Amino acid sequence: MSSLLEVSGVSKTFDGFRAINDLSIQINEPELRAIIGPNGAGKTTFMDIVTGKTKPDVGRVVWGERNESLLGLSEAEIANKGIGRKFQKPTVFEDQTVRQNLAMALKNPRGPFAVLFHRKTEEGAARIEEIAAEIGLSDQLTRTAGELSHGQKQWLEIGMLLAQDPRLLLVDEPAAGMTAEEREKTTDILRRAAQTRAVVVVEHDMEFVRRLDCKVTVLHEGHVLAEGSLDHVTADPMVIDVYLGRSDA
Amino acid sequence: MTQGFLVTNRSVRWFLMALALFTAVVAFGSEASGAGLVSTSLVKTLGKTLCLCLIAVAMDVVWGYCGILSLGHFAFFGIGGYAVGMWLMYARTEGIVMSSLQAQTIPPTPAEVSDAIGSQIFGVVGSSDFPMIWAFAHSLPLQLLMVVLVPGFLALIFGWLAFRSRVTGVYLSILTQAMTLALSLYLFQNDSGLRGNNGLSGLQNIPGFEQTSQATISLVFFLASALALGLGYVLFAWVVAGKMGSVVKGIRDNEARVRFLGYRVEGYKLFVFTLTAVVSGIAGALYYPQAGIINPAEIAPIASIYLAVWVAIGGRGRLYGAVIGAALVSLLSSWFTGGGAPDVNLGFYRIQWTDWWLVLLGLSFVCVTLFFPKGIGGLFDYIVRKPS
Repeated sequence: MSSLLEVSGVSKTFDGFRAINDLSIQINEPELRAIIGPNGAGKTTFMDIVTGKTKPDVGRVVWGERNESLLGLSEAEIANKGIGRKFQKPTVFEDQTVRQNLAMALKNPRGPFAVLFHRKTEEGAARIEEIAAEIGLSDQLTRTAGELSHGQKQWLEIGMLLAQDPRLLLVDEPAAGMTAEEREKTTDILRRAAQTRAVVVVEHDMEFVRRLDCKVTVLHEGHVLAEGSLDHVTADPMVIDVYLGRSDA
Repeated sequence: MTQGFLVTNRSVRWFLMALALFTAVVAFGSEASGAGLVSTSLVKTLGKTLCLCLIAVAMDVVWGYCGILSLGHFAFFGIGGYAVGMWLMYARTEGIVMSSLQAQTIPPTPAEVSDAIGSQIFGVVGSSDFPMIWAFAHSLPLQLLMVVLVPGFLALIFGWLAFRSRVTGVYLSILTQAMTLALSLYLFQNDSGLRGNNGLSGLQNIPGFEQTSQATISLVFFLASALALGLGYVLFAWVVAGKMGSVVKGIRDNEARVRFLGYRVEGYKLFVFTLTAVVSGIAGALYYPQAGIINPAEIAPIASIYLAVWVAIGGRGRLYGAVIGAALVSLLSSWFTGGGAPDVNLGFYRIQWTDWWLVLLGLSFVCVTLFFPKGIGGLFDYIVRKPS
């Protein structure tokens, strides 16, 4: 295992509020990692910084074998380096079919002219079928994404991530609003994806994290509070005090 | 590729057939063909309407598909008109000047000729010198190149600055309005080099075709406008079909998501904005020789707002909707404001449509937005079932 993403000493202040405070996290490849923490712990800001939406005040974000800095790159450039992001609210293109959604995400040249003269290939079609099978939407390809159920939209978005073929997947609360059965399926998809790539899941739900069965990082006030197996961190008195104690009480 | 695309897009085929039928009916009924069922002035009106339909299609692509509510596309339309108007005016004046100077015993020097043309054209603004921007006015090919290059270049620079700074939504609309207003105010000045508020006139007289009747000239322009609309429609239908359409509609619906998929949104917006500006310029270049006159009032901000109203009434996000909206509203508008509609006498008040047409248009805009957000084009959804 080698380090794929290294975030070190990052801080970010919004109007005097310290969203991220000297945060350091290292993600390996392949790896499945869960990041938990109460509201305002800085989970989403962490993702914003890695994906280029927010620029940190200080700190380093380093990517890949060649230790490239991601700071100063645009969202699109970072995405093309191999970082895919799934939003908390399912954001698929509701006007378009499942197939069109996946086709847009497929790893292909991204420039306007390459896209304008793009022609469908058998290879691409096969890849779409493959991903649709993986996320369980094989028989929904011609449906408009807006007609899908909430859970199906979440899967479609995960499928769009997979279509990008990223090395790192950042997944924000994938199980929110899902039924128990849907959660199980989502866990399976994520664990399979993590066999070949790095997958970082931000989650509130302890039960879901337990099922992922992976290393856990606990964030609190923009800082790493504890890191290790779920049993290890839940036994940590500080974690119990600031997070579990409060939310489970 | 285009063949396969036409086969899969039924609405494009239907549109082209309807356009061809309409063009044939008008052409065979026109005075130029001898039938005389369609008057020359009506041919001109219909030809101008086709140009307005073309810019409406461009507007639909930039607004309805890409989600950029540009309230400045009529500026590009006007620039196209000015560009072709400059050659029309220069060449015609040159012809007149040459024939009057021929009477002299000593042949005129080029400086004298240029001076004479200059004082003919710029006399109204108290000048006789050719401004820099008229440098290419003597050459039709160069001015036709300007029809495409100037709107394209302006859109490229404006769009690059605006999209790079991630100006979106209503702020972008305001910026485009400001651009249009600045341009029209500049052109209103006498020293703008384009004859201030006089604008360019006599554009219906085509140099070299002085002996040709207006009936024939108007028919030729009508046919050219129809061809331009047909080609423009196919071009845009091709652009918004396929993967490009997916990305462009994605930008409209969720710009951030498209970014995180790895697409550089600015590049796509710039492409759409510039391409539609170029087509708007071409539409303008075909429109103003039929109108005969162009002045800065044509570029006033309100014109671009009307354009958005046409597209909204016709139906955003479907190209034929934009055509229907532009044709219907602009024709109705000239009927109502041109005194075609009979006044309504309510006894205590007389509704004169020249005054009340704008109120009616405003009301229908509000009603369409509230009750038929898909516009007139949305009615087709009830008639035609979508192929699955």
